[in-house]
Amino acid sequence: MTTESKNLIEIKNLTHDYGSVRALDNVSLEIRENEFFALLGPSGCGKTTLLRILAGFETPLEGSVTLAGVDLISLPANKRPINLMFQSYALFPHMNVGQNVAYGLEREKLPKAQIKERVEEVLKTVGLQDKVKARPSQLSGGQRQRVALARAIVKRPKLLLLDEPLSALDRKVRSEMQLELKRLQLEVGITFVVVTHDQEEAMSMADRIAVMVEGTVGQVDSPVDLYQRPSTAYVGDFIGESNFFDGVVVAEGIKHASLGILPGNRYGKDISGEAHLLIRPEDLRVAVSGEHSIPTLVQDVQFYGGASTLVLGIEGRSAPILMSQPGATTAQRGAMVNLTWDPLKAIVLPRDARRSAL
Amino acid sequence: MMPVNKTLRKIRPLKVILFGTFAFLYIPIFALMAMSFNGSHSPFILKGFSFRWYSVLMHDSRVIHGLINTLIVATGSTILSSVLGTLLAVGLHRYTKSSFLNAFALAPAIVPDIVLGIGLLALYALLSVSLGLYSVLLAHVVFSMAFVTAVVKARLAHTDKYLREASMDLGATRTSTFLRITVPSLAPAILAGALLAFTLSLDEFVIAFFTNGPTTPTLPIVIYSMVRFGVTPEINALATLLMLVSFTAVIIAQRMTRPTEDE
Repeated sequence: MTTESKNLIEIKNLTHDYGSVRALDNVSLEIRENEFFALLGPSGCGKTTLLRILAGFETPLEGSVTLAGVDLISLPANKRPINLMFQSYALFPHMNVGQNVAYGLEREKLPKAQIKERVEEVLKTVGLQDKVKARPSQLSGGQRQRVALARAIVKRPKLLLLDEPLSALDRKVRSEMQLELKRLQLEVGITFVVVTHDQEEAMSMADRIAVMVEGTVGQVDSPVDLYQRPSTAYVGDFIGESNFFDGVVVAEGIKHASLGILPGNRYGKDISGEAHLLIRPEDLRVAVSGEHSIPTLVQDVQFYGGASTLVLGIEGRSAPILMSQPGATTAQRGAMVNLTWDPLKAIVLPRDARRSAL
Repeated sequence: MMPVNKTLRKIRPLKVILFGTFAFLYIPIFALMAMSFNGSHSPFILKGFSFRWYSVLMHDSRVIHGLINTLIVATGSTILSSVLGTLLAVGLHRYTKSSFLNAFALAPAIVPDIVLGIGLLALYALLSVSLGLYSVLLAHVVFSMAFVTAVVKARLAHTDKYLREASMDLGATRTSTFLRITVPSLAPAILAGALLAFTLSLDEFVIAFFTNGPTTPTLPIVIYSMVRFGVTPEINALATLLMLVSFTAVIIAQRMTRPTEDE
């Protein structure tokens, strides 16, 4: 939980092109001190460009980036108090673990004794104190990542950038590393910015997430708010499982062409005309008789142990409706289920061209 | 190694062809080595075992002189071509995708020696440069640089392209990144290229023949002039020694380029 704190990074009106492709389009963003921040989006959304601009490997066409009030753009990469953990780790193959970690400190021309002390300390933090003399090629994927991490945090940067930190790891090491990163972030008190296309990675670790879409920032919020209160249909669709209904805004929700009034909430937003209604699978339930409901047909039942998902069909609609229930379900394929939901959990969102009409 | 042997045993005819090929390649060399220990005066009749031709060789001032000249040329051209070839490889790798430029960088390795030899001689004549060891040295740089470039470029294609950025990110300047990251991570390839350049220069005859001055013959030229008056067992001894040097260098070079450490 981050309490109210100052902004560390302020990004204003950042625009950047690659040739004729606009990679970033007028992006503005604040990253707070000591927070775990995630830039989330599909490939080509501009998140990597933003990361490279922050690290200093790319100079933006327009816009400004400041760190604690100081302009970053004019500083070369090697003068910035920012370190990057590369997706490929980029460990120096001709150096052992200790030399890799010491490299950054040697560039600062610190006394030898101090370098040794800090290298030992950081390797202990990541649990690799007995691998000082090992070559990167002798380490497992998880260990290499720890070295890359140690090499970056040993410099005590103001900001640590992590490029798809978990993507190269297998499932078990992944969840281990996920916990480790979170623990480390709290321990060393450095602001972390993770760039990822994997929403689980972002949702599980970050305090706040910026969802990026086609070179712009769609929404910046905590994982819970992003899931429960997406501001656009695109974000709602991108984060987690979702059911969408299209219609026209009315006082109680939206009016669907064939299903009639579907209750929902606008959450104070001024929306009119065509709109989407978003309902999460776990917010759908079976109606008791007499309640307003939609009749559906059970097409499939998927049991995951802790929860079940019902795949439901509605006449005249191709996309199935997903409903999740805790534990096992008694519903059978081919049965009729009357669906209903709490109108407060259904969100009316403005029509979004990026979501194809359902 | 094991699986290879197993498959070989299964396909006996292939094995025969393989050994036949190796025999074809190496019997002349073994014959030469055997003859170099020949006690007889004739290079073609075997008679007893002796080191006498090696001793004659050591005392032959023409040979010693030629060897010194060759070592000067080989060492100088190796150093120059290693530095220039590495820089060329790095530059091509970083700043161009043009297959045209790449082909031109490697062409001197493929162009017939006689063409290079005549071309260089014509150029030296045009610039009225008097010929000597340095003109051979420069001529050797022309082709051996292409070999170094080829070897280093192959290595560059397999190194993590983010190493440089990682170094800068950790606070290094461009210069220290080049010296501490780029060059060391290419070191095995540079060394392999250098050894290749050295062995190529060591026994290079055609280009040296065209670009050398009259008073500073390199070893291959000395050998050529000796052979003109008939092959002596002394030549066999010399060839054996040369072969040993080249062989060692090539084997070391191969070990260097073998991708063992990193992927």
